[in-house]
Amino acid sequence: MNDILVRAENISRTFNRRTIFSEISFSVSAPGSISITGKNGAGKSTLAKIIAGVLSASKGEIIYELDGKKIDDERRKAHIGFVSPYLNLYDEFSAMENLFLLLRIRASRNQFSGKIEPLLRRFNLWERREDAVRAYSTGMKQRLKYVFALAHSPSVLILDEPTTNLDNDGIKVVKEVVREQKRTSLLIVATNDSAEAAWCEKSIQL
Amino acid sequence: MFEAVFANLTMMSFSTATYALIEKDVRSELRTRYALNALLMFVVTAVSTILFALRSDNPSVELLSGMYWVVIFFTAMSGLSRIFVSEEERGTVLVLQLIASPSVVYFGKLLFNSALTLVLTTAVTVLYMLFFPGFLIKSYDILFCTVLFGSLGFAASATIIAAIIAKAGARGTLYPVLSFPILIPLLMTVMTATARALAGEPLSNAIGELQVLVGYLLVMVAGSFLLFDYVWKD
Repeated sequence: MNDILVRAENISRTFNRRTIFSEISFSVSAPGSISITGKNGAGKSTLAKIIAGVLSASKGEIIYELDGKKIDDERRKAHIGFVSPYLNLYDEFSAMENLFLLLRIRASRNQFSGKIEPLLRRFNLWERREDAVRAYSTGMKQRLKYVFALAHSPSVLILDEPTTNLDNDGIKVVKEVVREQKRTSLLIVATNDSAEAAWCEKSIQL
Repeated sequence: MFEAVFANLTMMSFSTATYALIEKDVRSELRTRYALNALLMFVVTAVSTILFALRSDNPSVELLSGMYWVVIFFTAMSGLSRIFVSEEERGTVLVLQLIASPSVVYFGKLLFNSALTLVLTTAVTVLYMLFFPGFLIKSYDILFCTVLFGSLGFAASATIIAAIIAKAGARGTLYPVLSFPILIPLLMTVMTATARALAGEPLSNAIGELQVLVGYLLVMVAGSFLLFDYVWKD
């Protein structure tokens, strides 16, 4: 179990002088979960990106702490898994090439390469592991994003619209992953769906 | 001692990650030919057009060296921006932002663009030597140093400008427009140095130009490295 904590302090984000949200503060620690809900355009995905560290906040700060010590921006990448409809893997590569190349860019191939096969099997992609991603359906691409997000055993899993494009089997696997993640680590879900929001113990309404 | 070991490990993971990123870009380029086809087609058409325009004229070494770098400039402008633009257009930029530090991304992309520019300048040099009888290299040492430092300088400027314009609209127009003023000092220097190489001057005569090229390269790499963090993250 990871003693990781994510704290948002007065987060605001502005696009072209339009304030999307302002003064958002929350704190969530592992094991635990929090959902981000709100209307279309409320800024759920924007907040998820800010928490994942791929977008800057206009004001405020996201703080990650591990065992009570603050983690700097670069080291926190190793702790974050992110799944989102607007995140794309390289479609000229196969699933295996994508996963191994991306683990090597993370400089963590030796540590986690053993996790690839079980994850691909779990998400029912093992048989198609050598096919180019461009030949995948949107649902298969979404499954592959989960494998990518989980391959390095993240302490914080951030899911934006977690069941988009997934069939019933895919949704079932995602629910299992969600259960495991919030039991041991930290789960953050940005969603419009009240059933998905109910996966989490805490909630932020934007 | 622990700090030294930790620094060593960090350096190792930096080089592993940078090498993996370059390998990813090379494999991606060989499969998609995003930049390579654009560069090679531009080189062939530009050199052919100049060849038809000059016909049997006997241009001066200054004119030849100027046209040599004009071809390299516009060819580079047609292909080098792909390194960031293709990531942005395909939505894969988010993957890199999630897994790699800005310094890994910057140096990975810089080294890839440097290799691409060196291939490009070599191709243009070979074509010029084959098709322009006046393009007779008499000082190989000057030309080698000029092509090497000139190409690296080109790549350094092209990489940071590509990162900036990848986030903007009208990328195709913006790229040469933004690049030109930044590349003027480099272009003027490489043209003069190449003319010296064609005229057969000794290396000592081109030391001033080579110092400018090395200085330009260092300034561009250092400036880009400091700026990249802000460009990379929205």
